[in-house]
Amino acid sequence: MIKLPPVNWLSLLPAIIPAFTGILVLCWDLGMKNEERHRLAWLGILGLAITAVVSFCLLGRNEPAFNGSYTLDSYAMFFNLIFCLAGILTFLMSIQYLHTSDIHAGEYYALILFAIVGMVVMAAATDLVNIFLGLETMSIAVYVLAGIWRQRLQSNEAALKYFLLGAFASGFLLYGIALLYGATGSIQLGKIAMHVNEHGASTILLIGVAMLIVGFGFKVAAAPFHVWTPDVYEGAPTTITAFMAVGVKAAAFAAFARVFLHTLGGIHGQWEGILWVLAVLTMTVGNITALVQNNVKRMLAYSSIAHAGYLLVAMVAGKELGGAALMYYLVAYGLMNLGAFGVIIAVGRRGEPNEEFADFAGLGFRYPLLALAMTVFMLSLTGIPPLVGFVGKFYIFSAAVKAGYLWLAVIGVLNSVISAYYYIRVIVSMYMHEGDKVPEKLSARPALAVAILIAAVGTIWLGVFPSASMALSRLSFLALG
Amino acid sequence: MVSAVIFLPLLAAVLLLFMAKEEEELARRFALGVALVTFVISLGLLVNFDSSKADFQFVERVPWIADFGIHYYVGVDGISLFLVLLTTFLVPIVLLASWDVHSRVKEYLFFFLMLETGMLGALVALDLFLFYVFWEVMLIPMYFLIGVWGGARRIYAAIKFLLYTMVGSLLMLVAILYLAYLHNAQYGAVTFDLLQLYNLKIPEQTQLWLFAAFALSFAIKVPLFPFHTWLPDAHVEAPTGGSVILAGVLLKMGTYGFLRFALPLFPDAAHAAVPTIMALSVIGIIYGALVAMVQPDLKKLVAYSSVSHLGFVMLGMFAFNMQGIAGSVYQMLNHGISTGALFLLVGVVYERRHTRLISDYGGLWKQMPVYASVFLVTMLSSIGLPGLNGFVGEFLIMLGAFKANVWAGAFAVSGVVLGAVYMLWMYQRVIFGELKHEENKKLTDLSPREIAIFTPLLALMLLMGLYPQPFLTRMEKSIEATLARVERKTAVVQVEPVEPPPVQVVAER
Repeated sequence: MIKLPPVNWLSLLPAIIPAFTGILVLCWDLGMKNEERHRLAWLGILGLAITAVVSFCLLGRNEPAFNGSYTLDSYAMFFNLIFCLAGILTFLMSIQYLHTSDIHAGEYYALILFAIVGMVVMAAATDLVNIFLGLETMSIAVYVLAGIWRQRLQSNEAALKYFLLGAFASGFLLYGIALLYGATGSIQLGKIAMHVNEHGASTILLIGVAMLIVGFGFKVAAAPFHVWTPDVYEGAPTTITAFMAVGVKAAAFAAFARVFLHTLGGIHGQWEGILWVLAVLTMTVGNITALVQNNVKRMLAYSSIAHAGYLLVAMVAGKELGGAALMYYLVAYGLMNLGAFGVIIAVGRRGEPNEEFADFAGLGFRYPLLALAMTVFMLSLTGIPPLVGFVGKFYIFSAAVKAGYLWLAVIGVLNSVISAYYYIRVIVSMYMHEGDKVPEKLSARPALAVAILIAAVGTIWLGVFPSASMALSRLSFLALG
Repeated sequence: MVSAVIFLPLLAAVLLLFMAKEEEELARRFALGVALVTFVISLGLLVNFDSSKADFQFVERVPWIADFGIHYYVGVDGISLFLVLLTTFLVPIVLLASWDVHSRVKEYLFFFLMLETGMLGALVALDLFLFYVFWEVMLIPMYFLIGVWGGARRIYAAIKFLLYTMVGSLLMLVAILYLAYLHNAQYGAVTFDLLQLYNLKIPEQTQLWLFAAFALSFAIKVPLFPFHTWLPDAHVEAPTGGSVILAGVLLKMGTYGFLRFALPLFPDAAHAAVPTIMALSVIGIIYGALVAMVQPDLKKLVAYSSVSHLGFVMLGMFAFNMQGIAGSVYQMLNHGISTGALFLLVGVVYERRHTRLISDYGGLWKQMPVYASVFLVTMLSSIGLPGLNGFVGEFLIMLGAFKANVWAGAFAVSGVVLGAVYMLWMYQRVIFGELKHEENKKLTDLSPREIAIFTPLLALMLLMGLYPQPFLTRMEKSIEATLARVERKTAVVQVEPVEPPPVQVVAER
């Protein structure tokens, strides 16, 4: 009998639970009627909640597995919490949304869970091939999800675009991995780090690094690798857009930051210039193109590019503060962005997506709570205190200033001013224009209301009392060693 | 006690959200009651204030964000004390004056109370992070007040106001961060504590940059020429209550910011900036007055007069002597009261006639004798007639300005003359003469509610004009301390170079 090598099952737990839940969802779905499918969402939420609890309980531990190619450390656990948050809120928003958009597919929920498995692997992977494995698991699931609204042409287009360009990006990433292997003789991050610290960077290594930047840059939607973003975000079902904007971005940054801030931290000087340019480009392109959008969903797509730019600022700043700021900002961004998409879903009706700015007109005084929530999200995305978006930006820019990137910080804050214009436009529509759109009653959609509520409370709470979550993100980053 | 003053309005604002939409009258009374209680509590600050101390009083300090050494740190000194009182005094008046706002009353009150919290917080914050938070919190309610309850071009004015202010404040944020890390480099700890940051030794070149960032933010708020273009738009479009608070308190945030932050933190840069700022102030004084003179619109006239008056405040402050700064602080209060009252007076006739054009009025003294008298006193106070508050402030500022720079003083005096011209001319056209317009024959005089609004304002104008001593005594120590910070630090940096001490440089210029 073949003897299995010892496996540290504990470290795999956060990946196994959502995977198992996904399989369960698929099996249960087999004999289900369309009206009953929402039960699958609750099963998924249960699975993700357990994953989150497990991750939270394991915080502070360091569990390597598979000969050091996979490590469940606090860093990975912190990201797991973000993925679970994104997943749970997406599920809550999906229940009614799928019904009104006539998407009757049980695999929708399973695919989200499988995507989360990929994300969890990405965050915990400590060798390049595992990162790739996680990335592909996540991506393939998301390609399908983007196109799951089969009746809608834009959805199909989104899936195809995302898939084609994503395949190219994967190619770049894989090529980069191969070059890194060639230059250092290992795919394990720890060994690469040792090699880099001892021998510095060779030309081949640097070419590999550039390839990695292209690959990751695509996944986080950094300019100039961002062109797919608006079409895909606009075409995909709104719930999936929210999930992509938050979950996929966080996962990509998890691997990106682990590789660059930790493994390649020794040659920070060699790549910070490229990322500096990318950060400025991403912020500026994202914000300026967002200015001219008339569709709120598309505006949020461009704004998500801009936020990737802020996150790149944290990457450039690097070190303890930059890494912690990156992680904190991802939480902040997740909460406020999911909330904003939640409100967009809430404003829509069957057959009427209601995603234009004009569709938000007059909501302010007719639906005060919904509009208040949207106001909170928009102000937070702008970076107005005392909301979580402000604290996140404060964290990132202080990291940049501390590391001496004063101009980057100045460009960053000026970009925030640009972004104020289009976020405030939503508020202008809601409160200062008259309109007559009647969204479906939120009381008929309790799950969606709960999702928006969680996001809003989180946005305010973490903004006013950021101390604990800041410490958590700092400690989690330090766990990288 | 300070925290109670800051957060009581916010608490009330949140409670308002839970009130039924139809209960307008109840909501108004509730908001007014809370604003009055806040005022009474803030009077407690005045009573318990020890004028023999230069330090901050009623200090509260609680850790807030441990990772960055940020504290909830508030306190009051002789400078902020009166600005706090001005705020708590004006808000109930404005709420009373807003009784004739009938659309979306609950939300209107909500934003006003939130605004009060923002303003008070910014005035008493002694931690730069906390200050920044309140500084921005102030922005949003004002934006809504202009954008929702404003006039025809309200959306344009609101967005212009928001973007202008944000550009300034975000650059200031970067400067604040830089300061915190400079402190880390010099003393080994990140802090946003203002009093500790006062001790930083900053190279002059760096000071200039940091000063520029702070000064831009404050200059936009003041507004100092040429950063004033948002002001006429915002004022004209804002509802009466919004205009009063904008002129009465928000603009003071700029001048207060200079006095509390920009000058003591960057003394060398401040000294280097004296010629520039003085020149801009004088230009602002004269330009504001000239433009005010030709305005056909009452509200715009008052708005431009603000540009002129705030020029005086800046001029006095940058004289860097006791009289100048005292006059400057005094003038901040005067401007809050007089210009606030002027906006309210414009609001009274606008409410009745729905026009702000000067040419639509004339001969109002026949129809509205009480209104005409109130207007007269307010107008004279704004001009600076001896015996009323404006005189004391302007006199001290002139005294300080002449001591510091004769030319600046001389030019500024012409602003006083021009001020008298545009105000008196406007008064003549609105109040005197024949009642030409039929519609004006139906105008009614001030109602008891309106008289109740103006009585405390007029009383203060007289009190501050005839008996300024109690105010000035309480400010004195704090101004001395600020002045010492502006001068002392310069001496430290001046150890090696052979240049003459900057104090003289100022005098020679």
